[in-house]
Amino acid sequence: MEYKGWDQVEVGAVVPSFADTSCDIVDLKQEDRNYAQTNSYTASVADWRVFKPVFSKDSCIDCQNCWVFCPDTAIVARDKNMLGIDYDHCKGCGICAEVCPTNPKSLIMFSENVDNDTVLSQWPEKKKKEK
Amino acid sequence: MSKIIKNLKQFSTSNDRFEGAHLLCPGCAHSIIVRELLNCTDDNLVIANATGCLEVCTAVYPHTSWDASWIHIGFENAATAASGAEAMYKTLKRKGRLKDPDKPVKFVAFGGDGATYDIGFQFLSGAVERGHDFTYICLDNEVYANTGGQRSSSTPRGSSTTTTPAGRVSYGNKKFKKDMVAIMAAHGAPYVAQVAPNKWKDMVKKYQKALATEGPVYINAMSACTTEWKFPSQDTIDVSDLGTDSLVFPLYEIENGHKLTITYRPRNIVPVRDYLGVQGRFKHLFKKENQHIIDEMQKAVDLKWELLQRREEAGI
Repeated sequence: MEYKGWDQVEVGAVVPSFADTSCDIVDLKQEDRNYAQTNSYTASVADWRVFKPVFSKDSCIDCQNCWVFCPDTAIVARDKNMLGIDYDHCKGCGICAEVCPTNPKSLIMFSENVDNDTVLSQWPEKKKKEK
Repeated sequence: MSKIIKNLKQFSTSNDRFEGAHLLCPGCAHSIIVRELLNCTDDNLVIANATGCLEVCTAVYPHTSWDASWIHIGFENAATAASGAEAMYKTLKRKGRLKDPDKPVKFVAFGGDGATYDIGFQFLSGAVERGHDFTYICLDNEVYANTGGQRSSSTPRGSSTTTTPAGRVSYGNKKFKKDMVAIMAAHGAPYVAQVAPNKWKDMVKKYQKALATEGPVYINAMSACTTEWKFPSQDTIDVSDLGTDSLVFPLYEIENGHKLTITYRPRNIVPVRDYLGVQGRFKHLFKKENQHIIDEMQKAVDLKWELLQRREEAGI
């Protein structure tokens, strides 16, 4: 996309969210929408991340706590199921791992440079409750 | 027509209208609050935004994070812009010049605590007094976070900010927090409430009630700020939990200026000390010479809770 210079920007700019004259956006899932280049959905903040959340399907109970508390709309939940993490929009704040109620946790924060598959193969076992 | 939300699983089938890749800090509670508002309704929304973190970070040229009509004018003008849009909508509807007059449209204004408590106060007061049909949501992070953490009239006593720094001489901000909810209730607004992002169901209920209410609505949303409250980004929800459980942020609503209902009673009330202890902005209060501020705060919180309970009981 071509950027305008500082002296070319008009006062009172209008930035469209969609490439067409979309109505009823609320009925469309994110992947079905026709986003304009100016929508931040097309941008990425992945380079902000130092730690990344990794999702393990095995212990997930689809409670959607992570979805409701994610500040970056980076948890992909479709039809009441938790599908995974949108790494383009995740900033690695760690709220999802903090609010995950399962044992062991289904979302754990790891350093950005580790491989997801390695981590998933060494996922922690269920811990017994300490009395 | 309001959307029926029974549980979190069903709520998660909502299609997000607030997109990611905005530039708010990781762990910012602003976007949790905003996302829930956009998800709790299927109606078309017209959103006015005051200058502040939310405006600056969600509309960084050339990008926008909003999939709803959104406008930003000036620091103080969120309430004014929303009321102007609402007045025009009514007029066009009366003259029959709307394309789809049966489709419900809701008017929402967002402002930070600086834009609400200080700079936009007169404008908000005017809009509520004129009785426009809109919902004003104040994202209350108790500091001018966008400009580097200056104190606002929402900053609580004892908090260290860049303009009221704590040190050898001072214990931080000396003024008390303005009780904005009571002020807005005194305007006779049909619905006034306080919400917190950790109690999502309470929040959604209040949002839906606010949007369904005809007339001006004011909602004060506690918004934990990782940068200025100085806690790790993953603890946003924990800090909010402590805020509501220690009753520093009691969750209640006031209808028609007098009928007060407490919507959340914590099972175990935690001491205010616990809430202060997790935040860096209060760490100087734990020095020996500043301990009396904590006791004072505890007393004030207890008194406020007592007052709320009595008002609820009396129903006036």
